[in-house]
Amino acid sequence: MQVPAPFEYDRASSVEEAVALLERHGAEARPIAGGHSLLPMMKLRLARPERLVDLNDLTDLSYVRAEGEWIALGAMTRHAELAASDLLARHYKVFQDAERVIADPVVRNRGTVGGSLCQGDPAEDLCAVVAALGGQVVLRSSGGGRVVAARDFYLGPYETVVAPAELVTEVRIPIRPGSGSAYEKVERRPGDWAIAAVGCFVTLAEGSVADCGIGLAAVGANGYCAPQAEAQLRGQPATEESFRSAAEAAAASCRPQSDQRGPADYKRDLVRELTQRALRRAAARAMAGGA
Amino acid sequence: MQVSMSVNGERVNREVEPRILLVHFLRDELNLTGTHWGCDTSNCGTCVVWMDGVPVKSCTVLAAMASGREIRTVESLEQGTQLDPVQEGFMREHGLQCGFCTPGMMMTARWLLDHNPDPSEAEIREAISGQICRCTGYENIVRAVRWAAAHPATQEVGS
Amino acid sequence: MSTTAEVPVSPAGNPIGFGRMLRKEDQRFLRGQGNYLDDIKLPGMLHGAILRSPYAHARIVSIDTAAAEAHPKVKAVITGKMLEGLKLAWMPTLSQDVQAVLATDKVRFQGQEVAFVVAEDRYSARDALELIQVEYDPLPPVVDARRALEDGAPVIRDDIEGKRDNHIFDWEAGDREATDRVFAGADVVVAQDMLYPRVHPAPMETCGSIAHMDRVTGQLTAWSTTQAPHAHRTLYALVAGLPEHKVRIISPDIGGGFGNKVGIYPGYVLAVVGSIVTGRPVKWVEDRSENLTSTSFARDYHMHGEIAASRDGKIRGLRVKVLADHGAFNGTAQPTKFPAGFFHIFPGSYDLEAAHCQVTGVYTNKAPGGVAYACSFRVTEAVYLVERMVDVLADELGMDPAELRRRNLLRPEQFPYTNKTGWVYDSGNYGHTLEVALEKAGYSELRRQQEEGRARWRAAGGSPEKPGAGGQHLMGIGISFFTEGVGAGPKKHMDILGLGMADGCELRVHPTGKAQLRLSVQTQGQGHETTFAQIVAHELGIPPEDVEVIHGDTDNTPFGLGTYGSRSTPVSGAAAAVVSRRVKDKARIIAAAALECSPDDLEWELGRWQVKGDPDKVKTIQEIAMLAHGTLELPEGVEGHLDASVVYDPPNLTYPYGAYICVVDLDPATGRVQVERFIAVDDCGPRINPMIVEGQVHGGLADGVGMALMEAIQFDSSGNCVSGSLMEYLLPTSLDCPSWELGETVTPSPHHPLGAKGVGESATVGSPPAVVNAVIDALEPFGVRHADMPLTPAQVWLAIRGRPLRTDIVE
Repeated sequence: MQVPAPFEYDRASSVEEAVALLERHGAEARPIAGGHSLLPMMKLRLARPERLVDLNDLTDLSYVRAEGEWIALGAMTRHAELAASDLLARHYKVFQDAERVIADPVVRNRGTVGGSLCQGDPAEDLCAVVAALGGQVVLRSSGGGRVVAARDFYLGPYETVVAPAELVTEVRIPIRPGSGSAYEKVERRPGDWAIAAVGCFVTLAEGSVADCGIGLAAVGANGYCAPQAEAQLRGQPATEESFRSAAEAAAASCRPQSDQRGPADYKRDLVRELTQRALRRAAARAMAGGA
Repeated sequence: MQVSMSVNGERVNREVEPRILLVHFLRDELNLTGTHWGCDTSNCGTCVVWMDGVPVKSCTVLAAMASGREIRTVESLEQGTQLDPVQEGFMREHGLQCGFCTPGMMMTARWLLDHNPDPSEAEIREAISGQICRCTGYENIVRAVRWAAAHPATQEVGS
Repeated sequence: MSTTAEVPVSPAGNPIGFGRMLRKEDQRFLRGQGNYLDDIKLPGMLHGAILRSPYAHARIVSIDTAAAEAHPKVKAVITGKMLEGLKLAWMPTLSQDVQAVLATDKVRFQGQEVAFVVAEDRYSARDALELIQVEYDPLPPVVDARRALEDGAPVIRDDIEGKRDNHIFDWEAGDREATDRVFAGADVVVAQDMLYPRVHPAPMETCGSIAHMDRVTGQLTAWSTTQAPHAHRTLYALVAGLPEHKVRIISPDIGGGFGNKVGIYPGYVLAVVGSIVTGRPVKWVEDRSENLTSTSFARDYHMHGEIAASRDGKIRGLRVKVLADHGAFNGTAQPTKFPAGFFHIFPGSYDLEAAHCQVTGVYTNKAPGGVAYACSFRVTEAVYLVERMVDVLADELGMDPAELRRRNLLRPEQFPYTNKTGWVYDSGNYGHTLEVALEKAGYSELRRQQEEGRARWRAAGGSPEKPGAGGQHLMGIGISFFTEGVGAGPKKHMDILGLGMADGCELRVHPTGKAQLRLSVQTQGQGHETTFAQIVAHELGIPPEDVEVIHGDTDNTPFGLGTYGSRSTPVSGAAAAVVSRRVKDKARIIAAAALECSPDDLEWELGRWQVKGDPDKVKTIQEIAMLAHGTLELPEGVEGHLDASVVYDPPNLTYPYGAYICVVDLDPATGRVQVERFIAVDDCGPRINPMIVEGQVHGGLADGVGMALMEAIQFDSSGNCVSGSLMEYLLPTSLDCPSWELGETVTPSPHHPLGAKGVGESATVGSPPAVVNAVIDALEPFGVRHADMPLTPAQVWLAIRGRPLRTDIVE
């Protein structure tokens, strides 16, 4: 069995301590949450941090709660907890849709919100969901904190704006009463990363799309989102034709690459199909009262 | 570093390298070889144990991360000489052949039944979908869990 | 013969004979008390790790091990140069080639063994690999098997004296001229190219070995994940020149084999060398990536099929050309005289006028192997070829594929049937089995539903130009009918490196009537400890709980070549029946002596000999066992004790068969396929333990779903294996499999003492074409006739557009 190279280990008992440890050890230290992205990379020795800062005692970062206009997701909230959250189910069914198809149930018991976002895997479903919903990422450092729009959080594949001594503590999702959301993914097999996936929300007003968000995974979309498609859809009637044109725009805007999961033109076609399906389902949910 | 955890209800303390994976800690340090490993990438699920009451893939948890936690392995399923209904179900419904994935499957099944005493076939298939079996085509594993659901133990085991 | 109603029940509630019996071996597995290779720890044991080549083809310029040797926990670093000194750098393969244990001159596939580190623990051994400096001079690789024989192709095996190309063998079967004549005169001829992609058995437990060479006694003990411990012992003796009586191979519990654990891998030899060098036991266990990239793959057959028929649907002939990719060393594990395994069976279950095939084996810069993954020695490829060709013909003729099969299946009165390559099928009632399957599936109703679905799809706007319009899915129905030849094999035809494929078996009945049965075959999950006890129970009436089955230790079991090719029941199962009958015959003489009558006066009732017409004068087998060990005076020439041994040389293969029907749901917008139903009617003769038989079928059906839809070992054009983890080599999950619907027919083998035929690989062999045929059937509205496995969503999407991809090479 593959085993990681040696490293030092610290367990943080508070956010402050975690930040202090990261600051003290600089770029050689990596925070670890669920570990399901980092540890396999370390076993393959593709990642070789000299020190791990274990965040798993930061149970105060494990929550899903409403805070005014926002739903706040603690960074240490596990995927399984997102799937089980009544609050999310009431506001955004896109989370349940996505959490059913992210990895597998046992992995979802460990993987966290913060870990998934910070890994920045181009195929990460949760990144597409948060991008679709126009979420924000809350970061903490010894100097205080900052909030970054989820769509500005990524510099590229596996690259985020998080500085070496910064910690993601929370993700915020704006509450949009009455909106509908959905997630559509095609993968080679359950548990696999997406070939292509689309998450979205729509808010309807008098039969038209008042607001919307479209997130894309695994197809090379900057910031996991499709702003042209969103712009095109806003203000349009919530009809199949509108969804189709938005889907065309989403497909045109992404930059999928050919790989073992399929050729680029297939992925682009999937984006078109899945965007349409997601919008259709989200709109139906909105019309049925939302979520 | 020093790690200390509860394993199947017993306190264990060991000096280990921080990089030791929980699955190796259980197998090599504690001789609990019922927990297996089958891949390196958390895809196969032969290494599933419980950590603080939740099934996890022990190939992707450090022993250091398990320090202070409660670990439960397949060796804890049998109570005295009484097989857990899940074990009984796997036997009666021929839910195992080579036996390699079986401990992980049973740990997930026990957890499922603790939280959903009467799962449907679809719920069982979903629950074990991150664990690979090459022998059974899953059919008899599903039946085994159904058997266990239909024959709950007189006293609740675990959790 | 398989009726369980009349089988008596033992005190423990088990059938004394055939029938459903819970498995004895489960007791330890359920408690986490199995004893698999990596569970074994020996005092002073060291751990080995292998440094592997990052290149598919490169010359080794230099290897510097100094830093690794300086690692405080490293005990030895072994290179090819050192092995050359011991004459162990190369080892013979099971196909009369050689394979490098550690590379000396160059590396020939990515993942090839380059150096071996022995250290105090597995973490340190892994660390030390990074300290070895290897300088490579990369060479152009041969990745595409179809270009391996081109002029100017890089020569992979320049280690072979005078080798100037990548050709391994040409082999043919059938009558070429007769076949050509049939084709020349046929109404209809259809051709189809198809690839059976390289796949991997990927048992959940990877391969490994612990070697312990006792320097004082010269005794080598190797605990090894082997399906064939006796074959390994003899091969160690031949490879390493070790005295065979000082070699003991122990095969502990095995976490699945499927043909992955037949051959000897360099790691096993290295563990032995490591133990010789250090004087301590050395454990080597491969990781998953090593398993997928270096140990026995399966298939990799590039096939060109042609089928000839009359216009009214009488299949007349089959002509096949195969390009077989064997990788960098010809290491296929199969009977020596069969370089293409049992591909001879490609005429399948059909009454043909003529058939011919030609197979050419080539070297490529890929891992060696080819025969594995429950393939019954290439019957898998043969069945896939013929079952796809029959569907291609049905498409050409516009005929229902069930009806086409119905018209061409061999008829019961044709058995024993000599097929067009000379194989004698022992028994069959094919038409009946097909009808049972069609009935169980509700075939005509399925076809009606399919038509309705297609009409809905068209009505919603679906068309070849707009496959996904309207969101309607398409149903596909696929049939396969397979005949296997298993139970290798008759000594007159089959051997492995000169070792005949007969199986020894020993039965000892102890004085109190409890018995021990010693077998040469090795279970990897098949339940031998239960099934073989039932065979003895069936023959002697000893309750199966009173029969201990001993296997997996060459010091404690008779010689035989192991478990693969579905041979345990056909060969060792027969041996167990015959040895029981010998004990029964001896028991008769002893009973006669005790009852003071002639053996001819006795008749057998299960578990006892009794005087004909006087059932009060009786001796049970248990009583006879005590008498046999007691003071009773026995007739002259009869020795005491109640035991026997046999060597069983099967007179022929057995030919299990079955009819499979798969129903898929296909989303033409995304290309996604879900197997909705799978009906499998198997005829493997009488079922000794129907529960175990059904379990084996279930597992094989999942294999078929995996191979048809997701599994493939693929390479990029540089020869990098891109399927080296379970993230990329996808195995089917519980969500990919439907609830299997099984049925059975029972046609005993006339030459097997129990009539049993073997079933371990039937479903793996028979199911892939059923799934593929179903997917292609779903794609009928698009005029798709074929697309290669795996039929991933992308491959289906591309097939709809008339441009399915090659699935062996990924760009």
